[in-house]
Amino acid sequence: MRRGQGAARASVLQFTNCRLLRGGTLLREDLWVREGRVLDPEKLFFDERRLADKQKDCGGCILAPGFIDVQINGGFGVDFSQATEDVGSGVALVARKILSHGVTAFCPTLVTSPPEVYHKVLPQIPVKRGGPHGAGVIGVHLEGPFISRQKRGAHPEAYVRSFEANAFHDVLATYGSLDNVCILTLAPELGRSHEVIQELTARGIRVSLGHSVADLRTAEDAMQSGATFITHLFNAMLPFHHRDPGIVGLLTSDQVPPGRHIFYGMIADGIHTNPAALRIAHRAHPQGLVLVTDAIPALGLGNGRHTLGQQVVEVDGLSAYVAGTKTLCGSIAPMDVCVRHFLQTTGCSVESALESASLHPAQLLGLEKHKGTLDFGADADSPVQPPTLVWLPAWSTSLGLSVPTSWRWGWGCDMAPRPHCCLPPDFVVLDDALHVQATYISGELVWQAEMARQ
Amino acid sequence: MRLVILDNYDLASEWAAKYICNRIIQFKPGQDRYFTLGLPTGSTPLGCYKKLIEYHKNGDLSFKYVKTFNMDEYVGLPRNHPESYHSYMWNNFFKHIDIDPNNAHILDGNAADLQAECDAFEKKIKEAGGIDLFVGEGIGPDGHIAFNEPGSSLVSRTRLKTLAMDTILANAKYFDGDLSKVPTMALTVGVGTVMDAREVMILITGAHKAFALYKAIEEGVNHMWTVSAFQQHPRTIFVCDEDATLELRVKTVKYFKGLMHVHNKLVDPLYSMKEGD
Repeated sequence: MRRGQGAARASVLQFTNCRLLRGGTLLREDLWVREGRVLDPEKLFFDERRLADKQKDCGGCILAPGFIDVQINGGFGVDFSQATEDVGSGVALVARKILSHGVTAFCPTLVTSPPEVYHKVLPQIPVKRGGPHGAGVIGVHLEGPFISRQKRGAHPEAYVRSFEANAFHDVLATYGSLDNVCILTLAPELGRSHEVIQELTARGIRVSLGHSVADLRTAEDAMQSGATFITHLFNAMLPFHHRDPGIVGLLTSDQVPPGRHIFYGMIADGIHTNPAALRIAHRAHPQGLVLVTDAIPALGLGNGRHTLGQQVVEVDGLSAYVAGTKTLCGSIAPMDVCVRHFLQTTGCSVESALESASLHPAQLLGLEKHKGTLDFGADADSPVQPPTLVWLPAWSTSLGLSVPTSWRWGWGCDMAPRPHCCLPPDFVVLDDALHVQATYISGELVWQAEMARQ
Repeated sequence: MRLVILDNYDLASEWAAKYICNRIIQFKPGQDRYFTLGLPTGSTPLGCYKKLIEYHKNGDLSFKYVKTFNMDEYVGLPRNHPESYHSYMWNNFFKHIDIDPNNAHILDGNAADLQAECDAFEKKIKEAGGIDLFVGEGIGPDGHIAFNEPGSSLVSRTRLKTLAMDTILANAKYFDGDLSKVPTMALTVGVGTVMDAREVMILITGAHKAFALYKAIEEGVNHMWTVSAFQQHPRTIFVCDEDATLELRVKTVKYFKGLMHVHNKLVDPLYSMKEGD
């Protein structure tokens, strides 16, 4: 075959006959990849005078950035909020299992728990790169305990607390260490929340508003202090009121600091949010919508009783309630189900649906230069990492995947200060009904539908 | 000269693409025998490129043993600028076919020594054994070939040219209508360079080219209408649509239309590499 004179002798792979999600649109473009970077093929042609070493026909499918789930409490019987001696195994199990949902990076979420749980669990969930073992751990999402008692939802009342006494000291005392944390949900109406929000933001932790009875003014003040996210919009907060829209009003607030906009999580499982409400939110502020699963340990387990934090839940179909009540306590819809449901319910474009599960969470976490997009990676000598990918073919039969297993993606990261930025580009294969067929992490095939059925 | 007149732009593009396809295949290119093709840019040849890509994707045409030489490139425009001719050729042609990147030659408008770059280009053409078929286009309202603006020597070689205002105005549409963004200089093959090709095919479509076409073929050879130089080339084909013939004499048009059955034998049958030609 043709051999160029370029210095980089690593194999170049060209994904042909596909549509790339780039710049918010699906472009009929090929994707060129070498050693973990998305290449600019024009440069390869004119500078290195090289063509691809191997081509992969994508059959007209869509390639989009990998899904990022920023709120997931567990799954497959694993409860991240349960203080065991081996939390790491549970996280690893979930990380591996969610590959089949198109998720290539996630934030293990801990619900309101007593301090001893945090002290035991948090150090056991380090930031971790994705790989053959599973999706990458970007950081922990701490949902509680600094929330509204009234809006605790499924969180145990006994462990709800405030930081009025010692502000950030209370926060540190409760959690122990914040090293592995990347998102923290709190109720901004709690006294001294501004100090806490500012301190958390200064440490690079994304502050999210949720489980709160805050009015719009309070929510706006929190945003001014640094809050950038809303935890599962509509759920566990005051309902929209035309004279005080509450937290929901942040979607169209004119108090947003310049150059920023608020992101908001939506559980698009068809249960937590009425389709009309989902559409209202999406139409009001499509750029901020972040699809989350808020999945509980019962995800992937089927009907019956399971534990979540300090409570017992009952699963029936796609619904999960606090045992003996009608209080919803989390979703069991996988991310790809949420993406499909979201697309169908809002009637939005495929691009918009995909970006809500990839680009927007990446932007929320400040990772958008590296994840959530399919822009060209930097030059080969630059440390910037290319983004993750989700691959959606137009057909649902076996894809005859024959990707070389000797790929290795390069590493490099120029983002400070959070360590979770160093994540490799990942591929996920989905059929045209958005069912995951295969997943690649770091260029290696790590899950395949046919394999799973054997 | 052959004047091939098709009803519309699409048919003209297709005829031209078929001709190129047949010429390459009949040449029987191989390892030691490359077919050299001169290529244009601009809006006119887009249809032709699309058809060639189609033939390639169908498996009928391979560019593995084809060498290409583009006519021109802007000076000072970054190579990856969306309006550079490198970008044009990559996006509209090279990325869809199987040409060896080492065989795709385009002038470098950012070379340190522009004249040396031009001389090197001429040398490369010579080393490739000259050009078998030079495809030209556009001609603009002033009848230029490549960037050989009115007044260019008819024996000129590849060199640096300052663009005429007409050309800059015509190109402004590719630069958001902002004249200040349009490059004012370009490297271009000379009229003489194209005349050296064994065969020349010029694509001319649209009513706005009609007057230039008239000047090119019904008036004399004149350096103010540089494409008229091809009256003195032994093998030239002008491929046009109806609209481009609007300024020609009825007699001229009727004559050449009457020859279409002869012209069509050049493209029908359309050969294919699949048949092992």
